[in-house]
Amino acid sequence: MLNMGPSHPAMHGTTRIMLELDGEKILNAELEMGYLHRGFEKTCENKTYFNLLPYTDRLNYVSPLINNLAYVMTMEKMLGIESPERAQYIRVIMCELSRVCDHLTALAAMCMECGAFTVFLYKMKAREFIWDVMEQTTGARMTTSYIRIGGVRADLHPDWRTTLKKAIDETRKVLKDIHGLMSKNKIFLNRTRDIAVVSPEFAINYSWTGPCLRSTGVNYDVRKAHPYLVYDKLDFEIPLGERGDNYDRYMVRMKEMEQSLRIVEQCMEKLDRDSSPGQLMAKGIEPAEAIKTSRVKKVEERIKLSPNLEGAEKDKYKDILFDGKKYIVPPKEDTYTNIEGLISHFKFFMKGHGIRPPKGEVYFSVEGGSGELGFYIVSDGTDEPYRLHLRAPCFHIVSSLEEIIRGHYIADVIPTFGSMNMIGGELDR
Amino acid sequence: MAMEKEEIIDALKQNFSEKIKNISVQFGDEIIVIDKNSLLDVVKFLKAEPYAFTMLLDLTCVDYKGEELRFEMVYHLFSLTTNIRLRIKTRLLEKDPGIDSLTSVWKNANWLEREVYDMFGIRFDGHPYLRRLFMYDGFEGHPLRKDYPLRKRQPRIRMKK
Amino acid sequence: MKSGFITTTLNSMLGWGRKFSLFQYPFITACCGMEYMSVACAHYDLDRFGMGWTRFSPRQADMLLVVGTITQKEAPILKTVYDQMTEPKWVVAFGACAVSGGIYDNYAVVQGIDNIIPVDVYIPGCPPRPETILNALIKLQEKIQKEGHDWRWKKKK
Repeated sequence: MLNMGPSHPAMHGTTRIMLELDGEKILNAELEMGYLHRGFEKTCENKTYFNLLPYTDRLNYVSPLINNLAYVMTMEKMLGIESPERAQYIRVIMCELSRVCDHLTALAAMCMECGAFTVFLYKMKAREFIWDVMEQTTGARMTTSYIRIGGVRADLHPDWRTTLKKAIDETRKVLKDIHGLMSKNKIFLNRTRDIAVVSPEFAINYSWTGPCLRSTGVNYDVRKAHPYLVYDKLDFEIPLGERGDNYDRYMVRMKEMEQSLRIVEQCMEKLDRDSSPGQLMAKGIEPAEAIKTSRVKKVEERIKLSPNLEGAEKDKYKDILFDGKKYIVPPKEDTYTNIEGLISHFKFFMKGHGIRPPKGEVYFSVEGGSGELGFYIVSDGTDEPYRLHLRAPCFHIVSSLEEIIRGHYIADVIPTFGSMNMIGGELDR
Repeated sequence: MAMEKEEIIDALKQNFSEKIKNISVQFGDEIIVIDKNSLLDVVKFLKAEPYAFTMLLDLTCVDYKGEELRFEMVYHLFSLTTNIRLRIKTRLLEKDPGIDSLTSVWKNANWLEREVYDMFGIRFDGHPYLRRLFMYDGFEGHPLRKDYPLRKRQPRIRMKK
Repeated sequence: MKSGFITTTLNSMLGWGRKFSLFQYPFITACCGMEYMSVACAHYDLDRFGMGWTRFSPRQADMLLVVGTITQKEAPILKTVYDQMTEPKWVVAFGACAVSGGIYDNYAVVQGIDNIIPVDVYIPGCPPRPETILNALIKLQEKIQKEGHDWRWKKKK
């Protein structure tokens, strides 16, 4: 018996794998999880729909914006609203960048555990450039809460093109280096080719989705099967594998990263209307002065808001957020200067009021980093969800590990587990 | 799409007319409420050709405290060939929450049912080895039920403060 | 024992040696692990502070970095790992969840690891920025420098 305990040095977080061995061959395996169960579903039953956005960030923490998107699109399906077109393109850019981060981190961990430490360092370098892009627009590197119901929180930063171009170039350079180092490397091929081969029937029976399913040859991607946002207007391919072994899972992820960068470039071309640099906080009157003036007459001048609200000024609202009072935070200029804005601000945030969807239940899914990420929400008409359930993609993939690993050696556990991309926050909720 | 949703629902109505309690559409999703004893038959009928619902996407439970039929099991099925999603629901009694296990049909139902047992306390007849998944052995109670308080902690080792 | 010239010089030399060669054991559980990975890698380098090489065994480490949320199921394992480390050892609580439970106040999360083990430096943030982490590690180095050693023949129990 061998216990590969929690506190894994293999950087996957916390699971315990207990193996029954005969020499070095594995006879039986058992995986124990739940060491990161943080009570997400129970916490969400006590919070309002707007308040629980930050909790969704921390589920799949390598691609946080995709979880945000899944939750927000489920709510939009329930409320029957649609975000404006510019917001949809911005959402697609952010999602695809998150997907690239996810694949970079997953492959970095897998390659590092096989012994290639340089690959890990290169990928982290590329990830830093992508996080720079996200930080410029959203304000945070990782847990952003940027995608809101009705659109996005703020418009893109004026310098977004330069930073994004630099990130794409650096990522492409890193991918080229990694292909040169790993894809034809004899040692890597020995460790991953024909190990843990999965047939399509096995994968479908276990309800695998995402890159792991596509590596067995089944062509299912939520972006093509049930298109959401503007994916039906964009041109991209779905890479498929042949054999379903560890090496195919690695190659499918590498090729998907190139396709994601292609999508981002297409969105960049379509977003040709930029915000000019001069629209930042340079000119405008102070809020206190604006409040005083508003008691006498209507305020016509621009108001200088705090730097935290950069990108969320009133004249940008029609591009980035849906035009409906009940579901969005009203612009700060309105809250300061007229009574309707103040009332809608209070009614949005007060307990008992706010977003109150009709009674019923809904399920919606998007293509996450590891597969189909779905939310099932039951609402009873109040401002807190009655039940919220997450369909975690890696839950189903990891549940099949016990059967796949039988008959292989101990050293095969590491690349197999790495290629499955287990994220603790999503697996254990 | 070779098969439309209406054809599937008509076929279900023909074959299982007395066991289906309600069919409705909410926000664009089809929902079928059936009797709990006929779950395995309906699911095997849908998995076979030509409907080919080969994927069990999700399996969960909702707790309606205060009603006699307290627990509601929700199953999400998906078909790769026809690209159709379907939701099947059944209700269970509060006094005796038990239902057939789907591990003979889909293998990922193993862990999904262990999760529902852990969080809600529902028995699954025919499950190979039903035990807790998220919480540790020695945890008393089922956390996601509505009568379990949110902050009731059961520490495993002695806390200093 | 009165502190004379030799013992204070020996103390400062010992502190200098200890603080610039910390062997760390990152106990990674959740999202803060991503920020830890980016601090340890090329952009914000931990190696220039002497903490480059992570020792993946508690018996060879002297700094325990608790990164991420600790749940009730994980708490005994954290205590076991802490007990397995040899003296001298220091503990850094990294991220809001390790400091005080973070945004999770429910049945499954330990509200701060100082309920279980003694902590030297707390790093707030969700997740903390790399500059915050480097600031905290420099503070830990200053603390190690000031710590003295008990030079008596018969140590007081």
